[in-house]
Amino acid sequence: MKPKVLVLRAAGTNCDIETAFAFEKAGAEPERVYIDEIIRMDILKYQVIALPGGFTYGDDISAGKILANEIKYKLQDKLLKFIEKDRLIIGICNGFQVLVKAGILPGINGYFKKQCVSLITNDSERFEDRWVFLKVDAEHSVFTRGIKSLITLPVAHAEGKFVTENGVLDKIKNYIVFQYVNDKGEPAGYPFNPNGSMMNIAGIADPTGRILGLMPHPERFISYLQHPNHTRKNLPESGDGLLIFKNAVRYFKI
Amino acid sequence: MEYRIEIIKKDDPRGRFIVEDFKTFGIEGIERVEVRDVYYLGGELSKHQVEFIASELLHDPVIEDYRIGDGEKTKDAFEVLYNPGVTDPKEDSVKKALGDLGIEVSYVKTGTYYRFQGEFNISELNRAAGLFLYNPLVQYIRSPEHLVHQPAAYTSGIRHIDLNEDLMKISQDMGLSLSRLEMEVIKEYFQKKGRKPSDVELETIAQTWSEHCRHKTFLGRIQFNGEQIDNLLKQTIMKATAEINHPLCLSVFHDNSGIIAFDDEYGICFKVETHNHPSALEPYGGAATGIGGVIRDILGTGLGARPIMNTDVFCFGPVDFDYRKLPEGILHPKTIVKGVIQGVRDYGNRMGIPTSSGAVYFDSSFLYNPLVFCGCLGLIRRDRIEKRVRPKDAVLLVGGRTGRDGIHGVTFASAELSEGAEKSCVQIGNPIVEKRLMDCLLVVTEKGLLDSVTDCGGGGLSSAVGEMGKECGVRVELDKVPLKYQGLSPREIWISESQERMILAVPGENLKEVIEIFKREGVEATRIGEFTDDKRLRLYYNGEEVCDLDMDFLHNGLPKPWRKARPRKIEVKDIDIPKPIEFNSLLLNIVSQPNCSSREWVIRQYDHEVQGTSVVKPLVGEGFIGPQDAVVIRPRLDKDQGVAVSCGINPAYGRLDPYNMALSVIDEALRNLVAVGGDIEKAAILDNFCFSSPEREEVLGDIVLSTKACYDAATAFRVPFISGKDSLYNEWTDNKGNVYMIPATLLISAVGIIDDVRDCITLDFKAENSNIYLIGDTAGEMGGSEYYRLLGIDGGVVPTVDLKKAPEIMRRLHRAVKQGLILSCHDLSEGGLGLGLSEMAISGGIGAEIDLSSINYQGKNLRFDYILFSESNTRFLLEVSDDNAESLESLFEGLPCTKIGKTIRDGYLRVYYKKRKLVDLPLLLIKQKWLKKVV
Repeated sequence: MKPKVLVLRAAGTNCDIETAFAFEKAGAEPERVYIDEIIRMDILKYQVIALPGGFTYGDDISAGKILANEIKYKLQDKLLKFIEKDRLIIGICNGFQVLVKAGILPGINGYFKKQCVSLITNDSERFEDRWVFLKVDAEHSVFTRGIKSLITLPVAHAEGKFVTENGVLDKIKNYIVFQYVNDKGEPAGYPFNPNGSMMNIAGIADPTGRILGLMPHPERFISYLQHPNHTRKNLPESGDGLLIFKNAVRYFKI
Repeated sequence: MEYRIEIIKKDDPRGRFIVEDFKTFGIEGIERVEVRDVYYLGGELSKHQVEFIASELLHDPVIEDYRIGDGEKTKDAFEVLYNPGVTDPKEDSVKKALGDLGIEVSYVKTGTYYRFQGEFNISELNRAAGLFLYNPLVQYIRSPEHLVHQPAAYTSGIRHIDLNEDLMKISQDMGLSLSRLEMEVIKEYFQKKGRKPSDVELETIAQTWSEHCRHKTFLGRIQFNGEQIDNLLKQTIMKATAEINHPLCLSVFHDNSGIIAFDDEYGICFKVETHNHPSALEPYGGAATGIGGVIRDILGTGLGARPIMNTDVFCFGPVDFDYRKLPEGILHPKTIVKGVIQGVRDYGNRMGIPTSSGAVYFDSSFLYNPLVFCGCLGLIRRDRIEKRVRPKDAVLLVGGRTGRDGIHGVTFASAELSEGAEKSCVQIGNPIVEKRLMDCLLVVTEKGLLDSVTDCGGGGLSSAVGEMGKECGVRVELDKVPLKYQGLSPREIWISESQERMILAVPGENLKEVIEIFKREGVEATRIGEFTDDKRLRLYYNGEEVCDLDMDFLHNGLPKPWRKARPRKIEVKDIDIPKPIEFNSLLLNIVSQPNCSSREWVIRQYDHEVQGTSVVKPLVGEGFIGPQDAVVIRPRLDKDQGVAVSCGINPAYGRLDPYNMALSVIDEALRNLVAVGGDIEKAAILDNFCFSSPEREEVLGDIVLSTKACYDAATAFRVPFISGKDSLYNEWTDNKGNVYMIPATLLISAVGIIDDVRDCITLDFKAENSNIYLIGDTAGEMGGSEYYRLLGIDGGVVPTVDLKKAPEIMRRLHRAVKQGLILSCHDLSEGGLGLGLSEMAISGGIGAEIDLSSINYQGKNLRFDYILFSESNTRFLLEVSDDNAESLESLFEGLPCTKIGKTIRDGYLRVYYKKRKLVDLPLLLIKQKWLKKVV
């Protein structure tokens, strides 16, 4: 049976269609559902919840904040049960911002606790769309098992600089899943690290590895045709992003 | 009660950039700027609640602190707030979030608090702040100790106008922009009716007859050089489309955008609009609502289309213009550039539509009147193209609420900008409202529940409803329209240009379901009237009839006077200038010119990859910096057909020779399309004319000449026009009465269907030791070139297009791409061969050597500078492997196709003339100059 994926939609969500498409390509059965309906429904019929990119509620107050607040106050109990039942959650870009601001990630003291990490305005103070190279930890998270150590994906955000409260960085160091590097796989400054993130962090998981948040957009690199340089290189037919979705599917097939 | 909460960032990057901005406006001595977001909440809240809101919702505990209470009383600080009546874009979402916390407030206002440290003159600081930190049209500054003002109450009511008084005075006083002749016709109409018109009726007629809605110039009668033109558009551009009779065309010129066939199930629609005057006054809001408006044009095409790409083209004044010489009432180009780009960025990105194609052009003549073109493409089901309103259909208003914003945008577009021009037309957009509206509308479209849909753009309800009910008749109850705040008169409700609204014609049996679909996602949908069969426009306000006009008079009553046009003298002689000796520095100079340098600083700010459809991106190659001629998307993720989009614009040519300018920009748009693998046999184009006042005979002459060129070029290439728009009166009058006009400007946007996106090619050099070919003829047509601009030369012969050869070159090039003969391809435009070759090399990280003596130069005297920087049309540079060189040459037999050099192993660009070395530069140096950031 294909795992069912709930792709969350709220006012201002805008990567829901391509995220659903990526899950479909990976062998899942995605469904795009509006937040008001999610609050009313039984979410345990899904195996995966995806929070896609976008500018939920205009990113007013700060990126993802209003949806994070809504989830915390309207969906907390259901989500806690969902997490408890060995399900998966992925937050991409705005979805990552939501997970962080709702206190779900990094989840080192439990979920929906006080926010201890944040994603803030890029050092360039601008929205930037660019392709980045990422060093991947293939051990900790369910989503990255078996992924080669260096991949490329696009980022597109204005608030993606990962920062933590004092003392937190050390506690999450084993849960860092994606780090910005240069084309040789080494840590490097701007523009390789596009936003000024601490320790070049692009994505983290919770201690179980089943909740993942990342700023880059894996759903935008499913086919080689989506790579900016597919006309100059011989690339494999599927893009680096697809494996992340396939891993989610595989988790429920084993 | 009102509560004030201040959010204090521990380290705010905004401050750093503001210090830099002040420096560019001559304010030295500011060491530090602290920026704080401020929220004002209205309502009855307990101290504990305010504390809870600040700590739980408004501040980020990782990086921010907060403070409750008045701002610190210091003279080195001020706050920027929205003017009363201007929509605060954050109010709705903050209210919603408070609701999730179980707290209700009566209003939310947001602002920004700035505190300055250092040694500076405070009044100088305040003056400079007005240049870029806030815009007095929508915002005001105050020191922190006073309270926010509430919107003042306005008087509502209806007025009747006596047309026996001075007609021109009435037109001017009411801001109608109607001519004496038009006013006379209106007077006669009401004399026959035996009554005085209401202000609503006069406004309705003014909106409907405005230049913006009726295109009086382009559809009007013109006497030109002894020729009688009854309808300029029909006799040129539309005639070309009719003659070509292209099988791809599904809907041209009559809906909100033009539609061509994509595949058996879907069509592609495309529309480009201008938003020049609003952007001149309030760059951020003007540009944002420009893109918001054109997206609604796509949503309002047929029974609704899904927006799939935005395009943007801007013409600005020079960013290094001395701010001390800036005339009163003019914003600095740097402020305009930043504001416009941020406006398009924030709106487009939030809508989730990739902004992928465009251009930025700098010329001193746009200092007083910048041009902002916003375009949008959509994907439409072919069985959703036909729309028809039926009597008894409900008039359903969906989306945002109506306020006093943007009143008179349309009639304002028919007047020149001047100091003290009416400024109530300024609008602020809220993309999230439009995003919600879009999401719901597309569900309704898919289900087939509508008879018709259109957007509320210029002229507001008056244009949208009036146009929709044109064939049958309509009645509207204006008091049903949901308002942002009370106190709008019926006239204001009817003509307000508040954003994010659309009108749907819904059959009675579907009304409940449609309203429910919108309601489910928090979008207001209100039945405000019904379509009728009496062919009249009737409006009511609380039961009182405030307008009763015959549709026939409203839509066909506009008088069509004859206007005179004459051609202006065209420069035919080329100019004699000394030959340069040193070419290295010349090339470096050219690549760093504002119209030649990289556009990465703009493109990166747009999300050009959302929706996952982009296949040929605007930036490609080594380091992802190569500037693509055209972009390609795959609107259906599971299919390999694509849509290529490009444009052409050249106001420098327009200043000298409008006919050849128009030919050139059509050629440019099409060659950009072909350079990526497009096929002119599967392409269509759009026109956007921007001119100054057509009441000048020479300007009207320019318009006639450029439309004639459109006909000549479209029929030669057999590429139809499918949609177009004009924006006139682009000029500015200073307080001494001096008029500054823009040059004749035509933007051509091109769209092409790509059978298989896997065949597409890009501009970046792919390999060492490939052959470099130049396709097309190079002539010494240097008028309007970037080379002449660099030398400060105004004049010369503008490039023309060989209309026999050009289509053939493009068809053969397409064949070569299809056969896989070409590794990379770039068209030559501004900066000519010198810039084109540099860009291919930089983008591929591969050097090149060429020999100019191999080029068959058509100019009179042999000049290396002209060969390198001529902008002759229909030229391409190709990279071809040894294996394919022969096939390429035979494919191009009989056409200009010359091997001019090789790509090389070294990272150098070398240009020879036989043995003489003219250019020898490392790519890194060229790249560094070319990557110059403009703002």
